Amino acid sequence: MSTGSIVYKSDSEIENIRVSSLLVGKTLAEVASHLKPGITTGELDEIAETFIKKHGAEPSFKGYHGYKNSLCISVNEEIVHGIPGKRIIKDGDVVSIDCGVYLNGYHGDSAYTFPIGNVSEDVINLLKATKESLLFGIEKAVGGNRVGDISSAVQEFAESRGYGVVRELVGHGIGKKLHEKPEVPNYGKRGSGAQLKKGMAIAIEPMINMGSRHVRQMEDGWTIITQDRKPSAHFEHTIAITEGKAEILSSFSEIEIAISKNQYITQII
Amino acid sequence: MSKQPAIEQDGTITEALSNATFRVELENGHEIIAHISGKMRMNYIKILPGDKVKVEMSPYDLTKGRITYRYK
Repeated sequence: MSTGSIVYKSDSEIENIRVSSLLVGKTLAEVASHLKPGITTGELDEIAETFIKKHGAEPSFKGYHGYKNSLCISVNEEIVHGIPGKRIIKDGDVVSIDCGVYLNGYHGDSAYTFPIGNVSEDVINLLKATKESLLFGIEKAVGGNRVGDISSAVQEFAESRGYGVVRELVGHGIGKKLHEKPEVPNYGKRGSGAQLKKGMAIAIEPMINMGSRHVRQMEDGWTIITQDRKPSAHFEHTIAITEGKAEILSSFSEIEIAISKNQYITQII
Repeated sequence: MSKQPAIEQDGTITEALSNATFRVELENGHEIIAHISGKMRMNYIKILPGDKVKVEMSPYDLTKGRITYRYK
């Protein structure tokens, strides 16, 4: 239950969130460089934790409501909050990796979905569309607009392609706490919800399903899977609201450089 | 990491406990302990056993909740 109201950040606080968010991108790039069939999700989690600590930061997720790992790794029908462990990555898997770091008192949060080896064209299209829906959402994240403008942009684009938009989980404000107000759903009505103002930092994270939007939670209390067991994709950026275009604080560029050097991962443009 | 928003459910007050906390029976039969939201406290909304209320629960702890609305 997140109580309290929206926390507006000063320019220097936004810079701190940027530093944390960029470290998330570097961590995901490091993980991507090791990502290949045969590696376990637990090993990837260890790589991330070591990398984060080496840079003087702490993994945000570890200890969050009792979560024990640094990454959430969700494979195929798993949408989000997959717990790293003994699962072995196989050729043809779609692997969503979500990471958060805490540095100098501020969190950064970002996620990317990787297609491993021979993945069908349908799945590649799902990943492309999910990433694109994130960018459409960010396009609407302009000071003066409302949260519903972001939500509806993501929803309209994803649904126009025939995909299911997950409603049970949402993006969020971010700062001194990993989850702050406002909630940023990936569905909603234009012009509704909290007004976006300079100084807000939010994480936008569309979770888009190949099939229906319905989800199910596993007995582990964390992993969320699609009800129809079809694959799902998840991309996330931490952004700062300004008076004009939103500033993307996290970055995919190092992740995508790592992908281009990794023969096991297909590039999604 | 995405956020799991609070879960909203309707229930009936079964017992008034101390400090503005109540025992609430949810429509699904579960019983939880719930306290009154700050907004309701500020508006002096009185709650009595038998009242129908809306409670908000965290997905991380389904045994406790927050009463956010009293139905008339």
